[in-house]
Amino acid sequence: MTGTETAQLLTIRGLTKAYPGVIANSDVSFSVAPGEVHALLGENGAGKSTLVKAIYGLVRPDAGEMRMRGEVYAPSEPRAARAAGVAMVFQHFSLFEALNVAENVALGMETPPRQRELSAKIRAVSEAYGLPLDPSRLVGDLSAGERQRVEIIRCLLQDPKLLIMDEPTSVLTPQEVEILFATLRQLSAEGTAILYISHKLEEIRSLCDSATILRRGKVVATCTPREVSARDLAEMMVGTALTPPARAPRTDWAGAPALEVTGLSVASPMPFGTSLKNVGFAVARGEVLGIAGVAGNGQDELLLALSGELKSAPGMVRAAGVDLGDKGPNDRRRAGFVVAPEERLGHAAAPGMSLVENALLSGAIRMGLVRRGFIDWAATRAFAEGVVRDYDVRTPGTHVAARALSGGNLQKFVIGRELSQEPAVIVINQPTWGVDASAAAAIRQVILDRAAAGAAVVVISQDLDELMEIADRFAALNEGRLSVPRPVQGLTMEEIGLMMGGAHGMHVPEIGAAHLLHAEAADAEA
Amino acid sequence: MLKLERRPAPSRLWTAATPVLAVIATMIAGGLLFAALGKDPVEAIRTIFWDPLFGEFASYSRPQLLVKAGPLILIAIGLSLGFKAQVWNIGAEGQYMMGALFGAATGLAFYPTDSVLLFPAMVVMGAFGGFLWAMIPAVLKLRFGTSEILVSLMLVYVAQHIMSAASFGMLKNPEGMGFPGSRNFQHYPAAFNGELIAGTGMHWGGVAALGAVVAAYVLLSRHILGFHIRVAGEAPRAARFAGVSPALLTSVCLGTSGALAGLAGLFEVTGPAGQITTDFASGYGFTAIIVAFLGRLHPVGILLAGLLMALTYIGGELAQLTLNLPSAAVQAFQGMLLFFLLAFDVLANFRIRLAGRARA
Repeated sequence: MTGTETAQLLTIRGLTKAYPGVIANSDVSFSVAPGEVHALLGENGAGKSTLVKAIYGLVRPDAGEMRMRGEVYAPSEPRAARAAGVAMVFQHFSLFEALNVAENVALGMETPPRQRELSAKIRAVSEAYGLPLDPSRLVGDLSAGERQRVEIIRCLLQDPKLLIMDEPTSVLTPQEVEILFATLRQLSAEGTAILYISHKLEEIRSLCDSATILRRGKVVATCTPREVSARDLAEMMVGTALTPPARAPRTDWAGAPALEVTGLSVASPMPFGTSLKNVGFAVARGEVLGIAGVAGNGQDELLLALSGELKSAPGMVRAAGVDLGDKGPNDRRRAGFVVAPEERLGHAAAPGMSLVENALLSGAIRMGLVRRGFIDWAATRAFAEGVVRDYDVRTPGTHVAARALSGGNLQKFVIGRELSQEPAVIVINQPTWGVDASAAAAIRQVILDRAAAGAAVVVISQDLDELMEIADRFAALNEGRLSVPRPVQGLTMEEIGLMMGGAHGMHVPEIGAAHLLHAEAADAEA
Repeated sequence: MLKLERRPAPSRLWTAATPVLAVIATMIAGGLLFAALGKDPVEAIRTIFWDPLFGEFASYSRPQLLVKAGPLILIAIGLSLGFKAQVWNIGAEGQYMMGALFGAATGLAFYPTDSVLLFPAMVVMGAFGGFLWAMIPAVLKLRFGTSEILVSLMLVYVAQHIMSAASFGMLKNPEGMGFPGSRNFQHYPAAFNGELIAGTGMHWGGVAALGAVVAAYVLLSRHILGFHIRVAGEAPRAARFAGVSPALLTSVCLGTSGALAGLAGLFEVTGPAGQITTDFASGYGFTAIIVAFLGRLHPVGILLAGLLMALTYIGGELAQLTLNLPSAAVQAFQGMLLFFLLAFDVLANFRIRLAGRARA
């Protein structure tokens, strides 16, 4: 054991973990010093999650060694990891919506104190770290950003030495990201090490002291993010040079807007869902409308209302002047709609059915795969094979079940299935979620190509960079209301943040830091 | 320690092999049960599975095979459509009785006509009776969100009471010297559903069952409605995405299974049973649930499962007669078949591993 190793908080050497058919981590080594903010950077499937799960005791590595302050550290379960001072905020929250904040925090503790004491503690921690949170509020009523605060405070109450954050900003508005970063910087100044997982390069450059870059389970580079450009980081992460999508010059198509939504109000079919309130917009042929918003602000409901799965009143949805407000999915498909929902398995595709059957699922109408009620399986197979070929879906064949495909490949299949149908109106929720960078670029390119061919496109996404790249106009959903769409050209991050609702729940007066006051003022303005 | 590992896709081999394994396991466990009752297990199993086909009284019991299998297959085909779409009609027994009642009442209303139109009219009314009885849980489910499992099951007992009331009242044979029960259709040629080929046990019910097998096969493999049924069961949200109306699908599945159960009742009452009596119900509607699952909800599988189940019925009766086995033991034996089938089903979706030292 060398002197530098004892100075480190956590040292990982040669960590390897294999799953059947895939090596998630191969000989990974890195170390984190106390107070260091260390980024783990990599594409989906690069092995970041497996690595932090090993640190948090959820996965037992096949080989390699972890040391905590020089001592051998091999947690057999998360409880052991927590006892050693490791805390983790997951990307997907584990909170009960029907319980309040304090009750949720108590559920995660080994020996919870009384509710009143705990509430006081929660208040104290939330004030100390600029994370306003009322312990008595129901979690079901909180925004995604506030829910994340519950998770963070739950971790901070354990007084951790190492805090792991898995993609924490995917559910935050730009203002909320600033608040989170202020908290993380404060923690780091107090000596807490932070392991920060992300694929958002600018964030890492502004927050992290060092970065370990993973590709296909291996460490490919280590660097100080402030000293390299975002483009260099991206190329290290992907391993190839990236080309941004090219757009054809806009054609001005004549006639009525291809898609017109007026006064769309529908109740959410899901418990704790967000109802849509008076949503209105129009999309011309050849235009891409980007709709942003923090997760859970009505994106799913908007997609359902546009696909026809959630019926609205007559007149609320029109395509090329034809009223489709109270029409179901198949009538809308006949009118030229194609829709790709966010949830691939179970919504966009039936998990246990083959790709051929899944091609029929939404392609039956527009591709003419059914004649007088009888299915033309030969034509369906040809359609599925065409999608697999044209969209580079990696699969042993079209006979395999949808659930056997990797997330990215299934996404390519779903997007390809919809975009191959000569659509007039395209609605996509999270087009590149979970897809690797080169496939994501290809998907964005096809969307732009379809727009250039005259389709009206609505892209709902939580990835602001993606929307900036492909959208002509931009709007944001906030608590079921849609902001007025504005041209993307000249839009600043700050304006976008305000359209998304600013910083949710920032009404607590005792926030100290200057930029927090700024965010609060912005929120009050909104 | 044993550990289950989910397969990426259901194993085709195991999907086909589990029914066979289940039958073998049932024979073993059933043999143990019979041994515990003090009977010779080998002889009991032989009596149930072998004697009905090749034994001493096979000339009597062989035609019985089609007589018993017909209604089981007909009902199970209908149920399998619903089960595939996750619509659980448990009350086929009630629909079977109501089909018999509607059909028989139609026939008896025109007694003693000799019109050739009578029997087809009875068939239509039989199907309609079962359909109507099955639409009660459908409507209640769609209107009030009730569970079709409970409502359809409870309606069996309502149907049972209507059956009794009819045999004591409305449909009682005026020339029956006060005994409960309707006129016997054997003495009513225009309404009688006799053997089509003597000595085979094949009557119109068997023809309808075969027709249902073919129709269901075509529906499920070639028709968009069958595809929608499969998607709805596999992934309800994907089905809605594909434009399937859950309300319509629930009605279609319950209605079809009710109509087929009603048909089975009609063919039974006008043929093998002969008349409406208080003890007309014989459990076909419940046994058909086992048949549907034993046949993997596949039409051809159901055809085979129906024949196998009919065999255990006949063999069970034979065992009761010749070996003095209690009827409950035979029912337990049939129940084991479903139990083992569901238990072995795990193998189709999971792989069993001996878990070693290292775990994920």
